[in-house]
Amino acid sequence: MARTAVVKGKIPPWASNHAEISRRRLGNGSTWFDPVREEALRRFEALGLPTTRREEYRFTNLAPLGRVDFRRAEGVKAPIETERIEKLLFGDRAAVELVFVNGVLDEALSSRGDLADGAVVMPLSTAIRERREGVEEHLGRHIGMETNFFAALNTAILDDGLFLHLPDRCILEKPVHVLFHTTTVDQPIAGHPRNLLIANRGSAAVVIESYAGEGETPYWTNAATEAVVGEGSRLTHYKQQLESENAFHISALDVTQSASSRFVTFSISFGASIARSDIRIDLDGEAIESDMNGLFLARGDQHVDHHTTMNHAGPRCESREFYKGILAGRAKGVFTGRIVVCKDAQKTNAFQANRNLLLSDDAAIHTQPQLEILADDVKCSHGATVGRLDEEALFYFRSRGIDPEEAEKMLIGAFAGEVVEKIDLPLLRERVAALVSARLAGGATGKETA
Amino acid sequence: MLNIKNLKVRIEGKEILKGIDLSIEAGEVHAIMGPNGSGKSTLANVLAGRAEYEITGGEILFEGKDLTVLAPEERAREGIFLAFQYPVEIPGVSTSYFLKTALNSIREHRGEVELDAFDFLALAKEKMKSLHMDEALLHRSVNEGFSGGEKKKNEVFQMAMLDPKLAILDETDSGLDIDALRIVADGVQQLRDEKRAILVVTHYQRLLDHIVPDVVHVLSGGRIVKSGDPDLAKKLEKEGYGWLLEESGAVAGGGN
Ligand SMILES: Nc1ncnc2c1ncn2[C@@H]1O[C@H](COP(=O)(O)OP(=O)(O)OP(=O)(O)O)[C@@H](O)[C@H]1O
Ligand SMILES: [Mg+2]
Repeated sequence: MARTAVVKGKIPPWASNHAEISRRRLGNGSTWFDPVREEALRRFEALGLPTTRREEYRFTNLAPLGRVDFRRAEGVKAPIETERIEKLLFGDRAAVELVFVNGVLDEALSSRGDLADGAVVMPLSTAIRERREGVEEHLGRHIGMETNFFAALNTAILDDGLFLHLPDRCILEKPVHVLFHTTTVDQPIAGHPRNLLIANRGSAAVVIESYAGEGETPYWTNAATEAVVGEGSRLTHYKQQLESENAFHISALDVTQSASSRFVTFSISFGASIARSDIRIDLDGEAIESDMNGLFLARGDQHVDHHTTMNHAGPRCESREFYKGILAGRAKGVFTGRIVVCKDAQKTNAFQANRNLLLSDDAAIHTQPQLEILADDVKCSHGATVGRLDEEALFYFRSRGIDPEEAEKMLIGAFAGEVVEKIDLPLLRERVAALVSARLAGGATGKETA
Repeated sequence: MLNIKNLKVRIEGKEILKGIDLSIEAGEVHAIMGPNGSGKSTLANVLAGRAEYEITGGEILFEGKDLTVLAPEERAREGIFLAFQYPVEIPGVSTSYFLKTALNSIREHRGEVELDAFDFLALAKEKMKSLHMDEALLHRSVNEGFSGGEKKKNEVFQMAMLDPKLAILDETDSGLDIDALRIVADGVQQLRDEKRAILVVTHYQRLLDHIVPDVVHVLSGGRIVKSGDPDLAKKLEKEGYGWLLEESGAVAGGGN
């Protein structure tokens, strides 16, 4: 475990081995996908685990990942915690629900209702094996493998996930839900869920990605999602990260939007000991609308990092980014909001806000906007705030007979509410609201049980 | 009901109340007047249990029991209500949710059953009607974006809902138009009965025209320098505090 002073990080000893298993599984030399995988393999080996000497990882030390001997999660058998999983399901409120337990589709927990004509929803592994349309064109083409070790590693190993392909003008009324559940055994395991969402011209859908897990043993979810939002289409994307607080959660979301499309994403991040999400949206056309919302909540020793990029490549686009963070205990938060406005992206309208609430003296947040504006006719506003619970407000509640703990809960709920209210699915909205108050009960008074 | 004896209060090392004696019996309405900075809000807030104030001497008995050992929420449950001079805005918490939570914690303490959303709403609407207030307020975030007058009316509405034994109104009449003033005055009058005590802090005679108090006190420099009948308020309205401060030898403006 000698540590060297070179910027290139080390490569976890098991990584190439896992990729090799995956190569054998999906066939060698027989698919169009092999060159992509080979490239991914080269990239993650060249990049190595990022160290804190890299600017993008300055506040998030991922070295612990290199010190754990992870076993490949896929196929690891463990008793399935059906009850816990069922609480996360949407049942007939979803058009299709795919449940992966330790990387493998669980048919019994998954369900499928009626889909609009032509809509394709299937496990990604099936799509790779059985169809080329959409998959070949897009898989691995949008993710930032050049610089992102984790995205490259995910691509080289590539566990199963959701493949969604909407043909032109296809509209899904109900959401599609994919849940990745990790059930730990006594050895640490690592999984690399991968999703590909393609919305052709004028189509519309809502997708929910959920990540959850239980157990004392640490595990690592290294997820990646690519989304292709075609001309005039509308895609709403929710990601809820509810991993065990002993887990590592790393994820990448790369989105390419075409002209006149609308994309809305939410990152709801409540779990994991270390969580890092890289989100990049390319506004690759005219008159695009894009919303990036986030709510992160951490307690105990949790660490949560969002690294976001809104890349305005086309003119007359509008983007809004709204992130809120609530940190209790000794939790640390990191938020980086990059807004890039390219030379041709005139009449860009970009808004960004990150508001944070610290519930204890030991909690901390690093928040920074990064603006790179190369066009001259641009409206861009950004702001970050860090605050504490308002003492005046607390006294007001108490003077009306309300317990301080209850008052705190209500104030925290109200703070989170600004993001929660934007969630357009009633069931998800209720669940998220309930989790906010359950997780942070007593957070400010230090009575939390982390 | 309320017995304050030689109360001394300090904030940030500065003595604000320098020995207050004040007794209010059930059924009585007392008014406190006095120059800016004389300590009226300090007294009101100390009664409600605000933590920043340090009690350095004297005692406060509420129904014979030491009030100072109780947390603010316990005082509220025992029946003390403070209408704030500056009501706090709580974005994201609706007035109905706020007040339902408050009312139910008080009811629980009194051994009464919790009100469900339906019964709460019915009660709230009834109170709103009797105060001639607009129901829309229930659905808005507590005081958020309210005009000064609306905030004061909301305090009176909360008071009516929480049904206190001792209501303290800190300048609830300031900044009100004539109609709003009537609503506030009506709110107080409706509450007035032989079981309750009311303490009104005010600068103006006009509220006292509607609510004729039993006793008027003048607080100056951290002391009650004069107590009298309602005519005292009228004299102050006409002549200001000067004559009184000369007479009593007290210093106006909080006195350092
Ligand atoms: N938190 C505080 N920190 C420092 N000084 C304070 C604080 N609160 C009150 N004071 C001081 O205590 C004194 C009394 O204030 P208080 O608010 O009780 O006056 P008041 O009689 O209510 O005045 P007004 O008529 O203007 O409302 C003032 O000199 C004020 O500046
Ligand atoms: Mg005052």
